[in-house]
Amino acid sequence: MPTAQSGFFEWVFFFIKTYGTLFLKGAGTTLLIALTGTLVGFIIGLAVGYVRAIPRDREGGAVRYWLLKLARTLLGVYIEVFRSTPMIVQSMVIFYGASSVLHINLPYLLAGFIIVSINTGAYLSEIVRGGIQSVDPGQMEAALAIGMTYGQAMLHVVLPQAIRNILPALGNEFVVNIKDTSVLNVISVTELYFVSKSAAGTYFKYFEVFFITSVIYFVMTFTVTRFLRWVEKKMDGPQNYAVHGSQTVPDVEIELNAKGGALSE
Amino acid sequence: MSEENAAILQVHHLSKSFGDHEVLRDVDFAVSRGEVISIIGSSGSGKSTLLRCMNLLEKPTSGEVLFHGENIRTPGFNLQTYRARVGMVFQQFNLFSNMTALENCVVCQMKVLHRSRVQAQNIAMAFLEKVGMSAYVKAKPRQLYGGQKQRVAIARALAMNPEVLLFDEPTSALDPEMVGEVLAVMKDLASSGLTMLVVTHEMGFARDVSDRVVFMDGGVILESGDPEVLFTHPTQARTRDFLARILEN
Repeated sequence: MPTAQSGFFEWVFFFIKTYGTLFLKGAGTTLLIALTGTLVGFIIGLAVGYVRAIPRDREGGAVRYWLLKLARTLLGVYIEVFRSTPMIVQSMVIFYGASSVLHINLPYLLAGFIIVSINTGAYLSEIVRGGIQSVDPGQMEAALAIGMTYGQAMLHVVLPQAIRNILPALGNEFVVNIKDTSVLNVISVTELYFVSKSAAGTYFKYFEVFFITSVIYFVMTFTVTRFLRWVEKKMDGPQNYAVHGSQTVPDVEIELNAKGGALSE
Repeated sequence: MSEENAAILQVHHLSKSFGDHEVLRDVDFAVSRGEVISIIGSSGSGKSTLLRCMNLLEKPTSGEVLFHGENIRTPGFNLQTYRARVGMVFQQFNLFSNMTALENCVVCQMKVLHRSRVQAQNIAMAFLEKVGMSAYVKAKPRQLYGGQKQRVAIARALAMNPEVLLFDEPTSALDPEMVGEVLAVMKDLASSGLTMLVVTHEMGFARDVSDRVVFMDGGVILESGDPEVLFTHPTQARTRDFLARILEN
């Protein structure tokens, strides 16, 4: 074990050697909560965004109209409340609220999932709604005009395009969540920040430990950012496409690029 | 069979207002099987709104649209089936951007008409062939130019085997040199006996291809009839002015 006179790097190596596995476990928990929270939050966001994007008309009858209005108001309250309070406070309220009002002792990890999901859902609802609105209305019109129901048009035409448009924002939310799960340490979720705090507290070496911690956070977010960029490119599909059967050679496939010029035969 | 029953689509006393602005005023009109009708008139005369009211993309303020004698706004009327029978081609093409040309023509057949994928693909290929786009089945809309997009859009509408096809200014968003290829497809369809209702600024098409020309002005049908007669001897002063102005260019 390094002594009081030991240098910065000696301590850093010491912590990596002694707490390496714990750090990695903490990072794993962080990633798990961030990923689950973002995915579940995305599903919540899709559902809420979908409901909030349903056009307000009285075509479907008065009952449907008022139910929609009620749902929209409740969802609006949900979004406003969760966007206007810090997640660290939401953690305390939900975790201790569950135990003192509902008498449910939430397991720490489950509490983490729930808090991050609900919080992310509130942000993504608005993003999904914006994504739906960003799709050219002509797409919905064409789908309706050819006989699709509103739901089919949403599912097959509008949402795929909306999701593609909001993918950068979704990735951003994931990165934010990797960092923000650190607030869950207030309810003792053993994610990366909680682990770091314990290790640093034991030896009173805060700078050394949190130096390591920040490197781990950076590696995680950086990798995820690159990965998402790659997924976006994949989703756009190839810039080139094959033309079948030119007039002279019916069987040949000609690769064309987006501008219409031939690349190869 | 009376005149009434022969009509596929009938429009009775149709009016449409956007707020205080009255776009259509008490329009009466019918489409019979096999007819090719061109609707002409200046911008803002209500041509497109009339077309959009006919498949309920716009809800008429009053009046009714009858499909084989049945009011399309009767509660319980199957709007999806109706829209599959009455196809629409848009000025801005509106191909589904997230799908290839082929998928554009396949998806609605599967979802609306419940055809199998194989069957839908065969039908789609046949119509893409017909509009000269079979080589581009794998292309996404953004990889095609306007004329090609519109031809795919026509194939997409045809794949549903519609009884009537509504064209909403199908060539207005195209570069002049691409107008010809789309009009050629439309002429071909007209001669094959398809019932067509075409809102257009292409006077050549209106005059040579259609069986009947309808001139709209200020939200009403001012005059309609045989293209040759309407173009050479319009009875209304407004029609004469419009034709004089548009044929000058």
